[in-house]
Amino acid sequence: MAGLELLSDQGYRVDGRRAGELRKIQARMGVFAQADGSAYIEQGNTKALAVVYGPHEGMGQGWTQGSQLKGARGRHMQDRERKTGGFVLEIRGSRARALPDRALVNCQYSSATFSTGERKRRPHGDRKSCEMGLQLRQTFEAAILTQLHPRSQIDIYVQVLQADGGTYAACVNAATLAVLDAGIPMRDFVCACSAGFVDGTALADLSHVEEAAGGPQLALALLPASGQIALLEMDARLHEDHLERVLEAAAQAARDVHTLLDRVVRQHVREASILLGD
Amino acid sequence: MASVTLSEAEKVYIVHGVQEDLRVDGRGCEDYRCVEVETDVVSNTSGSARVKLGHTDILVGVKAEMGTPKLEKPNEGYLEFFVDCATPEFEGRGGDDLGTEIANTLYRIFNNKSSVDLKTLCISPREHCWVLYVDVLLLECGGNLFDAISIAVKAALFNTRIPRVRVLEDEEGSKDIELSDDPYDCIRLSVENVPCIVTLCKIGYRHVVDATLQEEACSLASLLVSVTSKGVVTCMRKVGKGSLDPESIFEMMETGKRVGKVLHASLQSVVHKEESLGPKRQKVGFLG
Repeated sequence: MAGLELLSDQGYRVDGRRAGELRKIQARMGVFAQADGSAYIEQGNTKALAVVYGPHEGMGQGWTQGSQLKGARGRHMQDRERKTGGFVLEIRGSRARALPDRALVNCQYSSATFSTGERKRRPHGDRKSCEMGLQLRQTFEAAILTQLHPRSQIDIYVQVLQADGGTYAACVNAATLAVLDAGIPMRDFVCACSAGFVDGTALADLSHVEEAAGGPQLALALLPASGQIALLEMDARLHEDHLERVLEAAAQAARDVHTLLDRVVRQHVREASILLGD
Repeated sequence: MASVTLSEAEKVYIVHGVQEDLRVDGRGCEDYRCVEVETDVVSNTSGSARVKLGHTDILVGVKAEMGTPKLEKPNEGYLEFFVDCATPEFEGRGGDDLGTEIANTLYRIFNNKSSVDLKTLCISPREHCWVLYVDVLLLECGGNLFDAISIAVKAALFNTRIPRVRVLEDEEGSKDIELSDDPYDCIRLSVENVPCIVTLCKIGYRHVVDATLQEEACSLASLLVSVTSKGVVTCMRKVGKGSLDPESIFEMMETGKRVGKVLHASLQSVVHKEESLGPKRQKVGFLG
């Protein structure tokens, strides 16, 4: 960490923000006409796109099946799936996976090869993408009213175009907007933000430079109205005395994100109703 | 390819319309849909471009990295293509197959001496050269993928800025590569001879340019022609399960050349106009 001061004496971070300040967020809903719902969000230099299809009849999709069944069948299944281009698993899994009492939420995370500073070789299918997909799924199963759509499937595909820290948060925020654009009923918005801890101060909305410095990082997904936490994840060591402060910083940042997303949704609805002539 | 299911009546409607030079959206057989091109969309790449052709949305990012020249061409750099189909619509064949097919087609159309001047990518012969990784991201598929991808690749290559480097040799003979201090000091590629693909789909007795998904479902065979701005054909390929007779192929090639020249002229004017707005221009990206 020599040479890079994450928090200066005056309380400014590397990019000039204050400790609890978020990066500039710009978002748009309804980016793609063919998808049921889509949204794009920019959080500073992190850009994420989310596309939602559904609710539709439970249908397997190529490599997703592979990653879902990996735990049960082992690695060789995934290799076979690669060779046959996804045929085997598609036919086998679909009907059995549709749940009789609620909808199945299926999330895929993919990050473009040019999204990071160093070019990535595999956009999806690697471990990190699978893990992110599962985390997104956990987050959205908590928020979407899946009881209303039994035996159907909701697909959420998130694509990261540029990664500059806080990719999980940007994905969750984009996916929330996309699910709302698709008209799928949700309990509440899901707003996410990351937080860290440097020199006794909790920082909100970490950029790549701050994440790479190696301090503790917390990712939080919150349902703002009730204050319920949908996902909480923390890396690296943090003394439990500080946990509450970091958690509070992340929660406050998530609530700020909620204010912005709410504004975006209202603006979108206003534009849509003007176009409809209401 | 992603496909839509059409009823017989819909197919007949489309086919009959095309015979009269009238397509479903009112275009003629040689008209393109409205194309939106924007460059420099992703900032941590050497060059990027986004193309929106009807419902087809493509994002291309070019990253320049240093590598070793290939053995048979020690004085040149090279291009590597990778296509990622991010849309979930590709059932059956899977996104990987389509991605490989598109990447192979891109390799073929660039596989000639004049498309890109690879000698400008050489830093020191046999040791260092620039490798341009051209990554294509398919966001939405609305028909006519090859054309949109080739337009995006051309725009991204036009936008690519490769930092200027100098090779310093010290007394022991070991070479050191020095990056120029000025971040705006870079080499640009000349995209004069970069070809664009024009896809011609045979529907009934006529052929159409820039087919939508519905029109592609009605066509049995298509011809991909890769044309440069001067009308030179660099690559040609027939796709589809039907067969074409030789006269049709010649006709389609002539149409492809004609349409290609117009396409190149419009693309050049758009990217030059965007470039002339300078670094202060408002970047819209996906927000507009």
